[in-house]
Amino acid sequence: MRKFDTKVQHLKYKVLREVARLAWNDTLLQNILDIPKTIVHGDTPTMRCCIYKERAILSERVKIAMGGRDDNKNIIEVIEIACDECPMGGYEVTNACRGCLAHRCEDVCRFGAIKFDHNHVAHIDKTKCKECGACSKVCPYTAIINRKRPCENACKIKAIHMNENKAAAIDNHKCIACGACVYQCPFGAITDKSFILDVIDIIKKSNNNKNYKVYAVVAPSISSQFTYAKLGQVITGLKELGFYTVIEAALGADMVADAESRELAEKGFLTSSCCPAFVNYIEKNFPDLVPFISHNLSPMATIAKYIKEHNDPCKIVFIGPCTAKKAEVQKKEVRPYVDAAMTFEELQALFDSKDLDITTLGESVLDNASYFGRIFARCGGLADAVKQGLKEHGDTDFELNACSCDGIEACKVALLKKSKGISNVNFIEGMACNGGCIGGAGCLTHGEKNKAEVDKYGMEAYEKTITDAISVLK
Amino acid sequence: MKITVCIGSSCHIKGSRQVVEQLQNLIQKNNLDKEVELAGTFCMGKCQEGVCITVNDDFYSVTPDTIESFFTKNVLTKVKA
Repeated sequence: MRKFDTKVQHLKYKVLREVARLAWNDTLLQNILDIPKTIVHGDTPTMRCCIYKERAILSERVKIAMGGRDDNKNIIEVIEIACDECPMGGYEVTNACRGCLAHRCEDVCRFGAIKFDHNHVAHIDKTKCKECGACSKVCPYTAIINRKRPCENACKIKAIHMNENKAAAIDNHKCIACGACVYQCPFGAITDKSFILDVIDIIKKSNNNKNYKVYAVVAPSISSQFTYAKLGQVITGLKELGFYTVIEAALGADMVADAESRELAEKGFLTSSCCPAFVNYIEKNFPDLVPFISHNLSPMATIAKYIKEHNDPCKIVFIGPCTAKKAEVQKKEVRPYVDAAMTFEELQALFDSKDLDITTLGESVLDNASYFGRIFARCGGLADAVKQGLKEHGDTDFELNACSCDGIEACKVALLKKSKGISNVNFIEGMACNGGCIGGAGCLTHGEKNKAEVDKYGMEAYEKTITDAISVLK
Repeated sequence: MKITVCIGSSCHIKGSRQVVEQLQNLIQKNNLDKEVELAGTFCMGKCQEGVCITVNDDFYSVTPDTIESFFTKNVLTKVKA
């Protein structure tokens, strides 16, 4: 039974759990300053130089668990004192260099940056080096390595740099809140703001769903999460937490697939609009392609809109793998429909804040969507669904030539080609995370079997076609 | 008259889509488009009794097999009355 991939996630979870525990009891304000001590007790440091630094960092984590700084609009925030100021020298020759005779590194370097000492050992002249990495590739001893900070390495859109204190800093004009750095930082110094207090408040004020109903909308990637329990037990757990009922965001995905395939046939070229980080990336970097972003709301917002319009009064909480969704729910088009967004990590913390062992619960059913809505969770699923949508509408004249982009780098390539007019694809499915949503930063675990889990869950859907799944909604 | 069918997970598995489709057909067949409004909702809190439906806030439990006779008995008579 493994709940998290890394100890950093576990630490973050402990803070969220303690904050939530106090919030349920209405004792957060009195005890807030004691949370770091509850987590780091005793006097022997286990993570940093001393317990005082550990506790100081934990205090920062508590703030972020409570919504973070108001003056920073970005969902992703750096905890500066937690940043270990990792070395970032770029390409360096290590002592694995044997001082060979071939000097492939010198030959391949187009900038004359490789020099040798009297032992033939290579050195890189940093004033000439352009960090192209060619030398590293040709060295038979792999003696040349690239020292890059894990956060910078994770951020493929280059939104992270070093500030004057050598700590990581995020350029909010570039950042798309995908959370890649959050998951990759080995010190947990970059983290996503949490809105679990809003969720707890919504549940409490509903007075057992009497004042209004609280709906949980869950992302299809949930099928690859909480693997230590059954999905049906997770659903029961959500109801135990105080949600009125649980609805698949995948039903929203079915609605999107239906609408998007019509829109595509009409306009001839579209990009998907499901992944908020991808949409944000287009808006920030390819303004000329903005008119081609599908006009549909994301599956989350689409199903939330439907629920809100048919079940007033109600509140809707989205639960998924995604940090960028927390930013999406703040957009003015989405805000009226989704009241809060949280991650699977945070859901685990909420379960444990109430000492709910979901493995002991009975199983509830979760079945609203079709196979196609469910496979949105993995890369390629959206394009498959749109293809199916075209088929179900009888749009056989329209030949789909989709490009499913796995990760933001692939998105960048596809968008660049399209904006330069050297691409004949007519549908770009963009997923900022590698593998699609199952690679999201808010997942508890990231495993190789996750894609298979999503497909299996898709196959188990009661409805086999998009038309059938959405027919109940009309 | 307003008929609301539960389309939550549990009722969905028990055939709420078939219930909705049959109701749509029955409403059309009897030309009751103006008189009867059909709506969906997620969960009525009585999952054991699904497929759950309400007719003007009165609760009933139906199945795809019983919906037609239910419609004749509880909808047609009331609308015509």
